[in-house]
Amino acid sequence: MSTLAHVFEAAGLSTIVLASMREVAEKMQPPRTLYCEFPLGRPLGKPDDPAFQRDVLERSLALLDAGGPVLETYPEVIESEEMPLACSIPPRYDASLPPAVDEAKGLRSAYNRSVAKRGLTEVGRAIDADGVPGALDVLHQWAEGASWQEVPLPGKNTIAVCHDIRAYYTAAALELATGPAPGGRAVDAWFHEETEAGKTILAARASLKEQEAPFPFWFYMTPGHR
Amino acid sequence: MTDNMSHNPTAGDTAMRDYGATQNVPTFDEPAFTPLTKPLSEARVAIVTSAALHRPDQERYSPGDTRFRVFGAADRDLIMGHWSPNFDHTGFQLDLNVVYPIDRLAELASDGVIGEVAPRHFAFAGNQPETVSELRLDTGPACAQELLADAVDVVLLTPV
Repeated sequence: MSTLAHVFEAAGLSTIVLASMREVAEKMQPPRTLYCEFPLGRPLGKPDDPAFQRDVLERSLALLDAGGPVLETYPEVIESEEMPLACSIPPRYDASLPPAVDEAKGLRSAYNRSVAKRGLTEVGRAIDADGVPGALDVLHQWAEGASWQEVPLPGKNTIAVCHDIRAYYTAAALELATGPAPGGRAVDAWFHEETEAGKTILAARASLKEQEAPFPFWFYMTPGHR
Repeated sequence: MTDNMSHNPTAGDTAMRDYGATQNVPTFDEPAFTPLTKPLSEARVAIVTSAALHRPDQERYSPGDTRFRVFGAADRDLIMGHWSPNFDHTGFQLDLNVVYPIDRLAELASDGVIGEVAPRHFAFAGNQPETVSELRLDTGPACAQELLADAVDVVLLTPV
């Protein structure tokens, strides 16, 4: 973003950066910066809070009054919520299936309701919703020690497939959970710590590492700190 | 239930911010500064985000994609094509304005705070090749030309 700010200013545009990483902004010195310590991925801070978002924008636009480069800090810090979202998981239905496969099938109606409501889906980078149980079946096999070279993953790209599985679960969770909007990473924590799919991905990732699969092939299957 | 003690409340974001702080960044020897030469209430404002947003009918972003996607001020059917798993994607799904504050901008325009909302807005992918040379020399300047063609005065850059 800071690179684009410099490029745009050179072309004759006035820019404002909502920076999410202070050190990067300090080093790159974009002309006008509002540093906001909000959950990463939420540069305006709070979903479904128009008044808050408007305040961030008004403080950003106020930087245009400065006669030279300026870096200010938004006065409120919003911490990420890393406690798992309170969201129930469907009970076991078909005990003959791996737990994650059974679970994914059980979440399908919630996923469908979410798509009907939003009119959009984030699933589909490598597999569609129908492909989620099958992909989890292969990840389960990898987690149990099967060779990633001998048991191919539908959709092939591990990063994209894991994105699609997370997106499928996220859509279902946002539909099932009640109460206020979950904080940053609450759904991520729910997915990786409480769902069978998340546990399966973590176990498959560990197995790939053990099998000495290429680093990018397994590392980006989950957030780096996991 | 999960054991509360095992949770650092900001583990993921702290890890990412610590990582970001150690990264080499491109430097700009003589940075340009373009003052706004008209009242904000007459200025045309565009949003450029690095959230890799795109409409479902647009080409998806490849990993390391240096190109940008264009959408209209009325478009709301946007999905996030960013490849990084290291930030929250749920806020955007709940309310796209938390990443792409297009409705807020429209309100600021109708309240007369800004002049008007630009007709087109732009998205890049935040995860760029380390040198960002394409962004500096090719796709960034190309996007600037599109913005100037729309007579944009102010660009709000929103990261993820």
